[in-house]
Amino acid sequence: MTNSEATTVQDERGFWKDTGKTGITSWIFSTDHKRIGFLYFYTVFSFFLVAVILGILMRIELMAPGRTIMGPQTYNALFTVHGVIMIFLFILPGFQGVFGNLLMPIQIGARDVAFPRLNLLSWWIYITGAATIITSLFTGSGPPDTGWTFYVPFSARTGTNVTLAVFGVFLIGMSAILTGLNFVTTIHRLRAEGMTWGRIPLFVWSVYATAWVQVLATPILGITLLLIIAERVLGAGLFDPGRGGDPLMYQHLFWIYSHPAVYIMILPAMGVISEIIPVFSRKPIFGYGMIAMSSLAIAAAGSLVWGHHMFTSGMSDLAVLVFSFLTFVVAIPSAIKVFNWVSTLYKGSISLEAPMLFALGFILLFSIGGLTGLILGSAATDIHVHDTQFVVGHFHYVIFGGSGFAFFGAMHYWFPKFFGRRYREKLALAAWILLFIGFNVMYFSMMVLGVEGMPRRYYDYLPEFHALNLTSTFGSWILFAGMVIMLVNLFHGLLRGEPVERNPWGGATLEWSIPTPPPTDNFVEEPVVTHGPYDFKGSGIP
Amino acid sequence: MRKAQHKDDAAAKLGMWLFLFTEMLLFGGLFLLYGVYLARYPQEFATAGHEMHRWFGAINTIILISSSLLAAMSVTAIRRNDSKTAVLLLVGTVACAAVFLMNKYLEWSAEISRGLYPGSPLLAQAPHGEPLFFSLYYLTVGLHGLHVLIGGSVLSVMAWRIRHGVITAGNCIWLENSTLFWHLVDLIWIFIFPLYYLVL
Repeated sequence: MTNSEATTVQDERGFWKDTGKTGITSWIFSTDHKRIGFLYFYTVFSFFLVAVILGILMRIELMAPGRTIMGPQTYNALFTVHGVIMIFLFILPGFQGVFGNLLMPIQIGARDVAFPRLNLLSWWIYITGAATIITSLFTGSGPPDTGWTFYVPFSARTGTNVTLAVFGVFLIGMSAILTGLNFVTTIHRLRAEGMTWGRIPLFVWSVYATAWVQVLATPILGITLLLIIAERVLGAGLFDPGRGGDPLMYQHLFWIYSHPAVYIMILPAMGVISEIIPVFSRKPIFGYGMIAMSSLAIAAAGSLVWGHHMFTSGMSDLAVLVFSFLTFVVAIPSAIKVFNWVSTLYKGSISLEAPMLFALGFILLFSIGGLTGLILGSAATDIHVHDTQFVVGHFHYVIFGGSGFAFFGAMHYWFPKFFGRRYREKLALAAWILLFIGFNVMYFSMMVLGVEGMPRRYYDYLPEFHALNLTSTFGSWILFAGMVIMLVNLFHGLLRGEPVERNPWGGATLEWSIPTPPPTDNFVEEPVVTHGPYDFKGSGIP
Repeated sequence: MRKAQHKDDAAAKLGMWLFLFTEMLLFGGLFLLYGVYLARYPQEFATAGHEMHRWFGAINTIILISSSLLAAMSVTAIRRNDSKTAVLLLVGTVACAAVFLMNKYLEWSAEISRGLYPGSPLLAQAPHGEPLFFSLYYLTVGLHGLHVLIGGSVLSVMAWRIRHGVITAGNCIWLENSTLFWHLVDLIWIFIFPLYYLVL
């Protein structure tokens, strides 16, 4: 790297510098979607790291039968807090907040979202909610110990600080609603000239579908959480069988939101994969229309399957049958996506750089997660593995192996765009290998344990489960090592990385056509779109 | 550097309608519980429903519908550049909101003094279903009352902004969206009133 190149990078630092404002207030009160995106990134990723540490501690506790490093009450609090942070503070707001904010406006050729101030307000509500949840851990009579699902009647009776934690989650929900309606409006109103519905990138399609889920599902979570508070504070008794209430109604209401919420976590991840695969196969995406429509189909059908979380709850057999059937229906659009990605790879000239590795990892791990989901979705097999470690393995395959790997992939893919520098490819490869091996060792062991009968959320277990639990814990260390290398590599790239030009990967979506890093107004002149997002020839990319 | 304020009324309206959807879904959870528990305890719900003061409910319905009319008229007034009338009509709307809440206070006081509230000794002895009815009643109407309070406050701010010339005939999207919210508050009450006061 020569000196002159270094100065170029330093002088034209895009939105990092060109407002001329510095200091914390230029960030926390900024309405620029890129700054808000980074606010989300730094906050959600910090929470992610905290929850990773909690997860590692849980694995250490399960290394051997009996007490290893903590007591049962601590363990209960740990899995609750791990779940609440990972779900509500990291992955739910993560994709929309970070990558939705950073990229969606640029990809549709807009200068910002439709309501920039509302966008900032969403982040502030998110932060307030997060602070409330954190406060609930250290005040009152101890951190919540209900699991992230806050099931009644236990959540209505436990003496721990559930009320405050639930209120924090309510605020996070409000923030998600505002982000959702902001993004739907943005995509409808702010597309650049020539950016027709058939030309918006697939990531934007998935952000759009996700935003609808956020708008339509989150209010139900809101009212459900308020009802828990009403149970605890006012003694409303709506879920108390002692007064005629029905705890099952809570489960219904909770999953009416929380199953669609799973698609808030996975849909944008699928969008990221749909961006990475064509760019690194140097081929237009196969089946653009089907991928776009399957996002909407998942969002719609995903709203009708919540009952599959409740097969053993005593729901009627007819309901079990219907929900089981609908669950299988959701598998269809997910499979359509996987087949389209694989067809895109077919005869492409594939380059195995870091983002592509994460994308390929996603396809494999998500497929395993999705197919094990069908084992849980068919009522007969679900009875056997319900509430076992199998379930834990399954959803980590989907949410970590799927969304998490896509999140890392997105970090590697768009890193050069926003920082104007590159990380080291070899280190990224090493990190990916460790992540991939560690992940499979850790969670596949859990699935086997589940089939053998080890329940989830138990602090202790029978001696015959020892070997696999030990293996799983070793896996968690490999995974952790991979994560450390990945972060060191990215951080090093951020400070010392080689400078890059506009389009290091040869992508055809709009973000690669603007300067690196993007200026505050995104586009030097109003873009006019003349070709599709994966039309590499049309945009003159070799 | 400050970006030129980008103005898009259609976007603002689309965003508001999406927000109103989320509000309906929020109340939808409570209506769902009402439906399920009504099906399970029809007799008890009927007994409990007869304890309600129909007159309070009816008067409040009339007040709320009139207030909605006034709010809609104020939008028409501002479009005709008559900001004085618009402010007056909004003050009328807010006054209706205040009377509505006052009535609610009187009604709830009367009910609570008769021992009809969640967790009361009287309801503890009542058959299953009756306490559920009252819990749902207080939660739904309470949440609605909160919306009346918020809506009233927002409309007061709008009246203030019209007076100070911030909202004008060419720039009245804030007022339109606020009145949309007020109509939603009205609409939800139109469902609450028959469900809790009339059909049982």
